[in-house]
Amino acid sequence: MRPFTLQKPTTIGQAVSGKKESAQFLAGGTNLLDLMKKHISQPDRLLDINSVLSEKIESTAGGIRIGANVRNSAAAANELILSKFPLVSHAILKGASPQIRNMASMAGNLLQRTRCPYFYDTSLPCNKRKAGSGCGALKGETRMAAIVGHNPQCVAVHPSDLCIALSALDARVIINGKDNKETSIPFKDFHKLPGTNPEKDNNLPANAIITAIEIPSNPFNKNCSYLKLRDRESYAFALVSVAAALQLNGNRIVEARLASGGVAHKPWRWYEAEKFLKGKTADLSNFKQAAEIIARETHPLNGNEFKVPMLKGAIEVALQNCLTA
Amino acid sequence: MEKQKYSRRFFLSTSAMAATLAFIPVGVKAFYNNVKKLVIPLKEKMAIKLSINKAKYNLTVDTRTTLLDLVREQLDLTGTKKGCDHGQCGACTVHVNGQRVLSCLTLAATVQGKEVTTIEGLSQGSELHPMQQAFIECDGFQCGYCTPGQIMSAVGCVNEGHTHSVEEIKEFMSGNLCRCGAYNGIVQSIQKVAK
Repeated sequence: MRPFTLQKPTTIGQAVSGKKESAQFLAGGTNLLDLMKKHISQPDRLLDINSVLSEKIESTAGGIRIGANVRNSAAAANELILSKFPLVSHAILKGASPQIRNMASMAGNLLQRTRCPYFYDTSLPCNKRKAGSGCGALKGETRMAAIVGHNPQCVAVHPSDLCIALSALDARVIINGKDNKETSIPFKDFHKLPGTNPEKDNNLPANAIITAIEIPSNPFNKNCSYLKLRDRESYAFALVSVAAALQLNGNRIVEARLASGGVAHKPWRWYEAEKFLKGKTADLSNFKQAAEIIARETHPLNGNEFKVPMLKGAIEVALQNCLTA
Repeated sequence: MEKQKYSRRFFLSTSAMAATLAFIPVGVKAFYNNVKKLVIPLKEKMAIKLSINKAKYNLTVDTRTTLLDLVREQLDLTGTKKGCDHGQCGACTVHVNGQRVLSCLTLAATVQGKEVTTIEGLSQGSELHPMQQAFIECDGFQCGYCTPGQIMSAVGCVNEGHTHSVEEIKEFMSGNLCRCGAYNGIVQSIQKVAK
């Protein structure tokens, strides 16, 4: 690690005004310290925000508000989340290890960097790590890379499981900007596609800080599931993952939500398939058709074509799991 | 008379040379330090107060010091092991405020005001913690390198109540790798303590 000064702001205002130059916020540190050890992130100052942000999970008029500093394990075990938004808990428990979930904050989970091997190896080109250096993965090892929404600039995928559930449930990211006023970003607009600046993962304004995550009330707590397929059964990043949620009236689908991880630069919503499922009978033949619609949207790279049939199967199984959840 | 061995000239020249030689390292060192200051940023130190295994410590540390390096290198608590140093193996697992965490990804300065427990703090004097005893009885290890982390994680697993089935234990112990493959013994140890 490069030497840095460590400061402990006591208010959100202090934290935001202290985030100058290469300063970084430190919450759980599970991703940041790793990146610092590998000299991928080299902040000159760390702002320990552990005593600044909320660790509360509160019921609100419109849904639920989860403080930025709530630990992943605390959120996964929270009664309110388990009863009203179980999909969030299922997704969190499929990510990382118990130790890391005990450390990692909710906001930090949103801001974690990709695990693309080319991003992690400083001897190889990566536009995300060093703008303009090229993409090593594009013509290299693509097993973990994207199959949708990528461009020649970057084929990395977003690593979070939690974010897939939050995306499916139309969460909002609550932020405090430089003027210390609270604003919010819809979850679908929080993370971005690579575009011409893949070094940026999201649309969080410079200096702004995430203070909470809000999830609006929804009818998906009865029929939802999170399916994650990976190289080993536990403690690995997704090859593909699916967050599925259905609102049912008898066996008719009133509303459907489908999102995937391991497939794109951001948590990916399958809006076309959701539209298709609306009003249909909840049965395997419709689930298979939804999976076909999704498969048509994908553009696998040379070497990760296997992800498409894998995703199709995952969509079918996740939707079926919704019925037995 | 024998010719004198040491002349005044010899004395002056050798002592001058010796003096020059003696100053070279000082000069080189000063030059090296000047260059170092320009090229390598100075390390930042800070004073911290920690409570580890119920003992209080007042220490001055480099801000970069992880909790793992602090307990091993500065406090001689070498029970906690460094495996990967990147949060992938679980060998460095300790408890902070009773929760199992990875000490390799925790900055020492961020656990001020919290209670840290390492494997050394688990036993009551010479009496082993039930989990330590269970690992011995169930052959929960072979080489033993991952064992302190496994035991700290296993205690966390039991405290959290994730011991209802073999599958649940395996899932909630997945953050601790054992290259000898003593997993069956580890699962049995946890089942034994959870009863």
